Amino acid sequence: MNNPQLINTNYSKIVQDGLWNNNPALAQVLGLCPLLAVSGTVINALALGVATMLVLVASNLAVSLLRQYIPNEIRIPIFVLIIAGFVTIVEHLMHAYLYNLYTVLGIFVPLIVTNCAIIGRAEGFASKHSPMPSIIDGISMGLGFTGVLVALGVMREILAQGTLFADANIMLGQWAKTVTIFEDYDGFLLAALPPGAFIGLGLLLALKNVIDQNMRKRQSSRLTVEVLDSNAVAVISQPD
Amino acid sequence: MEFSQLQHYSPHTPAQASVSRVMLNVMLALIPGIVVYIFFFGWGVLVNIVLASIFALLAESLVLAVRKRPVFTTLLDGSALLTGILLALALPSHSAWWVIAVGVFFAIIIAKQLYGGLGLNPFNPAMTGYVVLLISFPLEMTRWSPPLELAEQSLSLIEAFRYSFSGYLPSSMDLDMISLATPLDIARERVDMGMKLSAVRSEFSIFSLLSGKGTEWINVAFLAGGIWLLFIRLIDWRIPASLLLAMGAAAGVFWLINPEQYLSPLFHLFAGATMLGAFFIATDPVTASTTPVGRLIFGAGCGLLIYIIRSGGGYPDGVAFAVLLMNLSAPLIDHFSQPRITGYKKPEEPKP
Repeated sequence: MNNPQLINTNYSKIVQDGLWNNNPALAQVLGLCPLLAVSGTVINALALGVATMLVLVASNLAVSLLRQYIPNEIRIPIFVLIIAGFVTIVEHLMHAYLYNLYTVLGIFVPLIVTNCAIIGRAEGFASKHSPMPSIIDGISMGLGFTGVLVALGVMREILAQGTLFADANIMLGQWAKTVTIFEDYDGFLLAALPPGAFIGLGLLLALKNVIDQNMRKRQSSRLTVEVLDSNAVAVISQPD
Repeated sequence: MEFSQLQHYSPHTPAQASVSRVMLNVMLALIPGIVVYIFFFGWGVLVNIVLASIFALLAESLVLAVRKRPVFTTLLDGSALLTGILLALALPSHSAWWVIAVGVFFAIIIAKQLYGGLGLNPFNPAMTGYVVLLISFPLEMTRWSPPLELAEQSLSLIEAFRYSFSGYLPSSMDLDMISLATPLDIARERVDMGMKLSAVRSEFSIFSLLSGKGTEWINVAFLAGGIWLLFIRLIDWRIPASLLLAMGAAAGVFWLINPEQYLSPLFHLFAGATMLGAFFIATDPVTASTTPVGRLIFGAGCGLLIYIIRSGGGYPDGVAFAVLLMNLSAPLIDHFSQPRITGYKKPEEPKP
């Protein structure tokens, strides 16, 4: 038991990284093609986010289990094969059980294979860690990605159509209803078009930077106070 | 080092005009066009200008306050005001207040201030705002007013303000009286339906000698304002000249091929927003090319694109899209058109 990683894995750091600090969409800025193309409505965003997360967890687990047996020189093609396998499974499952959703998302389900956030985690995390941390990493990275997708979907759908959860029934079943935010809304087409996605993502990135800056400022001010306090204690206790 | 301690060698250039002076002169040069616009099309455009100016100043002060920049001194440079006025001139008169507000806020906040403010924006703010409106609210953006000459009734200044805020029209009027397709639209639509141009021009009373009733005179007035700007050397001749030439040449070639299908070069030069675009929008010093050769290419590109978008596109006019596309290519044009440094000779090609 010489491997320190096995003994004390910092799970809360993995979760924090995936959800915020190293968020695939907002910090690594990976996987933007599906992010921008499918965030037109909340339901599309949620569906693609969940599908990506399933693939990410499964591929992280598989890569982590096989990491001792994958030759370093050809690891990337092997990762791609593993990911493609899981994407095919997810695609067939959607085709079988959520056919309407499958037709709406179209090419973007198979395209999960090319989502560099997934291969990035396989290369950067799963191939160096044991299965349990890899699964946690997959879940938190997947949730982080889904969160950004849904946030963008909410912004774009409200602005473009004045609704939320339009066509929710194709994913969640008959009970789901569309929520109308603005009655008699003419629609702001720009939000539904590609520029709306780029502007929305830009605003989200800016928001994350502002929040990070404020947190850093607060942390550094707290640190100086602590340092001052400990100095004070040192000064007081010096006469001994 | 103190300024007086520096050694000064010739050649000396006179001090450049300040930003606020440039903006003021451009606004003065716009006045003839605006007056003619009001004369031929009624008060709508004035309402546009007033509302857009107020929104522009509001948006600019809002962002400056958030960015902790000096609000009052920056507002005085007049660039936000000019953006508002140019956008107001591009919109159909009698636009609703919220259309103007969305356009101006987008132009000032997203197209200008988010890129760092005046001097750092890659795209012409007014045209960005206009294009956002054009693709977001196609219905509102095609309600062009008919010239007063053709309208049975028109709105007074007060009624125009009230209409912009509430959409309320006097009981004797309906929406059809204040909206009509533009000459460019009618010509393209009818020719697509298979009509001959000469027949179109005699059938619709909106056509006139040069282009459309009223439109031609607005273009003449903007041309006059532009020539004054050239005369006081505020803008360079290269961009407007190459723009008008390229556009005229492209229109001329097709017109010579088939004058019954393609509008004449004169029509294109005096229709739509040609003169406003050539002298006031494409010449924006921030977003246009800056090298002499680059300006010629920039203007010619704008001219060709305007003609292509007008003839082949589905939009009322092509100026905004053409200028934005060329804004996009301006850094590349500048990179490849740097003037030769004085005294530098091309190295001779080695003989084979």
